[in-house]
Amino acid sequence: MRLSRRRLNGLTEHGFSILITLFGLLILTFVIGRIMPTDPVRAMVGEDASREVYEHVYQQLGLDKPMWQQFLLYLRDVVTLDFGTSIRTGQPVLQDIARALPATIELATFAIIIGAGLGTPMGVIAAVNKDKWQDQVIRVLSLMGHSMPIFWTGMIALLIFYANLGWVGGSGRMSQFYIGLVPERTNFLLIDSILAGQWDVFWSALNHLILPAALLGYSSSAYITRMTRSFMLDQINQEYVTTARVKGLSRRQTIWRHAFGNIRVQLVTIVALAYGSLLEGAVLIETVFAFPGFGQYLTSNLLIGDMNAVMTCVLIVGVIFIGLNILSDILYRVFDPRTR
Amino acid sequence: MDPILDIRNLSIRYQGSAEPAVRNVSFTLGRERLGIVGESGSGKSTVGRAIMRLLDTAELTADKMTFEEVDLLNASERQMLKVRGQRMSMILQDPKFSLNPIQRCGHQIAEAYRTHVRCTKAEARQRAVEMLEQVHIRDPERVYDMYPHEVSGGMGQRVMIAMMLLTSPDLVIADEPTSALDVTIRLQVLRILDGLVRDKGIGLVMISHDLNLVRAFCDRVLIMYAGRLVETLDAKHLDRAQHPYTQGLLAAQPRIGGPRGPLSVLDRQDSWLNAQGEVA
Repeated sequence: MRLSRRRLNGLTEHGFSILITLFGLLILTFVIGRIMPTDPVRAMVGEDASREVYEHVYQQLGLDKPMWQQFLLYLRDVVTLDFGTSIRTGQPVLQDIARALPATIELATFAIIIGAGLGTPMGVIAAVNKDKWQDQVIRVLSLMGHSMPIFWTGMIALLIFYANLGWVGGSGRMSQFYIGLVPERTNFLLIDSILAGQWDVFWSALNHLILPAALLGYSSSAYITRMTRSFMLDQINQEYVTTARVKGLSRRQTIWRHAFGNIRVQLVTIVALAYGSLLEGAVLIETVFAFPGFGQYLTSNLLIGDMNAVMTCVLIVGVIFIGLNILSDILYRVFDPRTR
Repeated sequence: MDPILDIRNLSIRYQGSAEPAVRNVSFTLGRERLGIVGESGSGKSTVGRAIMRLLDTAELTADKMTFEEVDLLNASERQMLKVRGQRMSMILQDPKFSLNPIQRCGHQIAEAYRTHVRCTKAEARQRAVEMLEQVHIRDPERVYDMYPHEVSGGMGQRVMIAMMLLTSPDLVIADEPTSALDVTIRLQVLRILDGLVRDKGIGLVMISHDLNLVRAFCDRVLIMYAGRLVETLDAKHLDRAQHPYTQGLLAAQPRIGGPRGPLSVLDRQDSWLNAQGEVA
């Protein structure tokens, strides 16, 4: 392989920059933990604890040590994956998140598939038919998706598709009836139910997932549509598109075989970002659908000042975004020979 | 012999503009090399693209516009798909932009063949490699697998020529085929194009702003100015031009060994639009 050396250097450089980003992220979460106007000791020992107990816990948490030592202690905890216990539930934070996050990953993944699956072709159609009626219709549709508040569409959709038509399941991850039926192995309900061979549970979970995922997907498709349209408009006027038509390719072949290949890189970036913000949690839709996901978990802990949980959530959101960035970097290389 | 291309009074107006970009252009083309010369915005490229029927948003009117038996004015897009790339093709200006950056050169050449001929991938590849040899690329198998950013401008333009001549069309429009290339390789690329056009008996329309180049490589020259065809001349009689614009252009050419005074500049007159040059 002729590129091994150069590529190795590139990878090292890449890995280094990821490490720096991670370090910055840790500083950020540490600072969040220190400047929040809650007293972690008081939160742990309660209002009525004696002065001695307070002092004891204060020292146990290392709060009497200088800042840099506290940061090192925090680093050690993170590296050993010890994120502390949640004050609210009394369980290790990681265990709580291991429940909430998979629910959101399921929701976000379905949503982004719907969003990109809808937004990409709509954007291409809008670009190809610029200023014609197709473009106008798509413009209105995506403007609606962008501007209608999702908690409102959520309630309306529940009213129509659940209460009136009965096509989909209502709130929660599955029907009350099935809760606890499937052993929790991965905490991805769809996967767990398949592993257990419980197809009833699988369908129930899918049924509960599809409506909130469709709504989130529609709302993120708005952005994807607009961006795809503008990427595509840039490409349509390029000379290589003319070349393709000169060769005798039809308009459709020209668009999909030639122009579309050249927007994939940009498309990957915005889809990855949209996916990231979906994973961060959609508090509103999770609340409307009583969906026990990551967004709800983060928000409720933020409101009661459960700092261990909040810091860990912020850390996870950061790691998700770093991960998605790495993924889109890799896809760049796959899609664009010039970056190899 | 019937002309390959027969155009009478072609006018082209782009959507949303009041003035036509091209008005009342008439010419015919046999198995010859015809140069169209003019400055930027004179409408020469527009004529080329109108012949290929690539101007989706422009309004074409003409008394007659035929390519062999095809009526270019009324042909449907479906009919044009059979004509474009197979019976007429076009070489674009800059391979940096006219080749798809994310597809291998050879794949793009083979695609031109596979669009019109039913064949296996291996056959198309074979044909493309042969064609690369014909444009004097020494290591065609290697170039086949290269991406456009990995080849030089001259080689890129040869890839373009290979792609456009692979189906042995009857008409090739070369739209400024060497303007983007280094002066040193212009001649080389032009000779390759010229050789293939002669061998295959292809009608060539060469669009250019370079008078000397057109004089050397074409049989006949059309001079366009402000969307109008102002003069038609045999290439070897270019010096006998009657139209003041053509005369002005010729006078503005520097000459090696000529006097070293300032070159003359075009002094544009409104009357040029109506002046009649020689029509050979």
